[in-house]
Amino acid sequence: MEQASERPLVELRSVTKSFPGVVANDCVDLVLYRGEVLALLGENGAGKSTLMNILCGLYRQDSGEIYVRGHKAQIHSPKDSRRLGIGMVHQNFKLVDSMTVLENIILGIEEQKFVPDMKKVKAEVLDLSHKYNLKVNPEASIWQLSVGEQQRVEILKLLYRKADILILDEPTAVLTPQESHELAKVVHSLRAEGKSAIFITHKMEEVMKFSDRVMVLRKGAVVAQTVTEATSPAALAKMMVGREILFDLDKKPFAPGEPVLVLRGVSALDDRGLPALKDVDLTVRAGEVIGVAGVAGNGQRELAEAITGLRKVKSGEIRIDGKDITNKSPLTVIKAGTAHIPQDRSSVGAVGDMSVASNLAMKQYRRKPLSFGIFLLPRRIAQMARRLIETFKISTPGPETRVKFLSGGNIQKTILAREIGACKKLLVAVYPSRGLDVGATEAVRKQLIAQRDQGLGVLFVSEDIDELVQVADRIAVMFEGRIMAILDSTSCDEETIGLLMAGVKTP
Amino acid sequence: MSLVFEKRKNISKSALVVVPALSFIVSLILTGIVLAVFGANPFTTYAAMFHGAFGSLYGFGETLVKAIPLSLTGLGVALAFRLKFWNIGAEGQLTLGGVAAAGMALFWGKNIPPALLLPAAIAAGSLAGALLAGLPAILKTRLKVDETLVTLMLNYVAILFSEYLYYGPWRDPKGYGFPGSALFPEAAWLPRVFGRAHFGMYFAAALAILLFIILKRTRWGFELTIIGNSPKAARYQGIGVERNIVLAILLSGAISGMAGAFEVTAISHRLQQGLSLGYGFTAIIIAWMSQLNPLAVPFVAILMAGILVGGDQVQLMMGLPAAMGSVMQGLILFPLLAGSLFTEFRIRRVRKEPKFACVEGEK
Repeated sequence: MEQASERPLVELRSVTKSFPGVVANDCVDLVLYRGEVLALLGENGAGKSTLMNILCGLYRQDSGEIYVRGHKAQIHSPKDSRRLGIGMVHQNFKLVDSMTVLENIILGIEEQKFVPDMKKVKAEVLDLSHKYNLKVNPEASIWQLSVGEQQRVEILKLLYRKADILILDEPTAVLTPQESHELAKVVHSLRAEGKSAIFITHKMEEVMKFSDRVMVLRKGAVVAQTVTEATSPAALAKMMVGREILFDLDKKPFAPGEPVLVLRGVSALDDRGLPALKDVDLTVRAGEVIGVAGVAGNGQRELAEAITGLRKVKSGEIRIDGKDITNKSPLTVIKAGTAHIPQDRSSVGAVGDMSVASNLAMKQYRRKPLSFGIFLLPRRIAQMARRLIETFKISTPGPETRVKFLSGGNIQKTILAREIGACKKLLVAVYPSRGLDVGATEAVRKQLIAQRDQGLGVLFVSEDIDELVQVADRIAVMFEGRIMAILDSTSCDEETIGLLMAGVKTP
Repeated sequence: MSLVFEKRKNISKSALVVVPALSFIVSLILTGIVLAVFGANPFTTYAAMFHGAFGSLYGFGETLVKAIPLSLTGLGVALAFRLKFWNIGAEGQLTLGGVAAAGMALFWGKNIPPALLLPAAIAAGSLAGALLAGLPAILKTRLKVDETLVTLMLNYVAILFSEYLYYGPWRDPKGYGFPGSALFPEAAWLPRVFGRAHFGMYFAAALAILLFIILKRTRWGFELTIIGNSPKAARYQGIGVERNIVLAILLSGAISGMAGAFEVTAISHRLQQGLSLGYGFTAIIIAWMSQLNPLAVPFVAILMAGILVGGDQVQLMMGLPAAMGSVMQGLILFPLLAGSLFTEFRIRRVRKEPKFACVEGEK
């Protein structure tokens, strides 16, 4: 890259922004050159999103200056930032579900005529989608699209507005591995066309895969900046967290006991009525972690739901601790000693409009000490909440704060604290570390292993092979609703797992 | 300097009281303008209204007479709304409750001891209200039929059914042809406390407290709160969502049905026209104004009843149009709905900032 001599496209100088009680950005300097991808790495709460929200006009910095194309810029609103060619893809997409892709793309463009020339728009959009590998049907309604396709629409929207500085806020958090792979291609073609991108993430592998340069934020301040080629995931992780990350977790020796979960010939349908689980046999013993590997959507979610009583099975038998719980109610399964960290944490795992204390009480409120007969004991609930907040290091203003105001990592910690507290025999964890930063991920993994060491059976669904190898004792690979193989995690290699995940059986 | 809307992290307790109070003042001002247009002095009119509704024992009694059914139906509606079950059928549930209580009082006197006739009539009324609410609840939980339409339509079914009865088979043969049933035996009269204000007010107050305790302090209330916020999360926690919705709606209907039973046994002592004066619909306003808090319902109900009674008085005394009371009720609702913005959000004055900032996200 010829950046040394070139003038930066965007430059932030000593940008500071504080919220009551926190300095979100502390004298941050940032430069972005034409045709480069800059990764902005940092844990949840490091100030990445705040910084980018300043750049796209949602916040205003307390002090410091912004220069775009060499000129001092006053960004008062998203409109100002759009005029400067800056566009952001937010974590939660800003699309209108019932409208088509094209309608969403032209929505809010002021220069548009009263009756837009849709043919022309369509031609332009198709042109862009071709040029940047952004495959999507322009006539489809948003609700018909997968998450990955919706993200492409967001990117197309920015490109259609002629943005050349694209900010992507944790774009892979919602994507399957294939979709992230596609996204990497898109990002590369953007760069090839001379566009620049700022890529917010907390995953080191993505920094390596997507970016040219990386800037690490910690507690609002820049702690390191480097060319991506000159660094390694381990070095990045250390800079990000400020200490060595244990990539190897301590585990007690593997000494499995009696089976706690036995599935025999289990088949089930998905929400659309298509077969999602096909004749699944699986045993989880006390004191072992069974990892479930597989590309999302190959039956993992249905597997967890069938076990926890949330989904009826068509045939087969499920036993927990010897008790037949096939097609029994979720409550029967809970009472058999099962805890479940669900895939969907914001609408299933937690109730956003209720307090942290209430959310923590949701599994144990039926029993002493949280209730007495039909009555709840609020003081005991508050006590328990304070204890769990402390033990699991949930960062919240207090037990009465509504959960929706916590960060994703802290919501997950809340769920984890509740479920682990209620777990007697079996823990079913579905993507428990998805979207969490390094520190929180480590905490989650440690907890899973701690449960195993205490003699519980753990069923652990993940897409991250490294994580599975590290945490699980055995790994079951799922493909199209079947278990392809169950491998020993100490002796298997990633390639075999990868092939099995793709449905290729090697003898 | 500019103003920013900020979402409140904890709904402030004081905002819950101050905002409705301010909304009420705004609505007084708006109504004042309307009154002025009609040539009435707003201050003397309000004074007359207040005096009419609360200034004498008779007036206050009449206010309570209306506040009792308003309070009960308000409680029923609030309970259903907490579950996001849009029961707008309190009017019908009240009416059918009145019909069932009347049936019991008129025709079962011979079969049961007189001391049990009144409790039996009230129980029958509650049961009828519960059944009328239970039907849409079962349709909703089993077949996903929209409850708003079903509860609304059932209002007319219940009202027309009661008309059929007092114009037809139940009409008093000695009633000189007036529509209405015969007078109930006195064993089925609910005693009055003063004026026409009757024992129902104790029931209304007790139920408000009981519902509050159920919702805030019991396991069942906790389950209902979870269901109301997120049925998916409730199911995942092992809570029987459908069963609990049906149970809660049966209770909601039973409370409205009880209001109907009180109306016939305490006020008219017969089934006749004018059993409900739209109490079940005003209950929706009351439930919202109380922010679905059962403890607030009786107070809001007394306020609304005061406006109705005071409005009637003003009509007679100052010669204002009959609709003035309803106009005022409507004008109360608008500032209140607008005011709810301020319980969820607060306005903060800041130095130069964009107009809307979201403070969620990273900190």
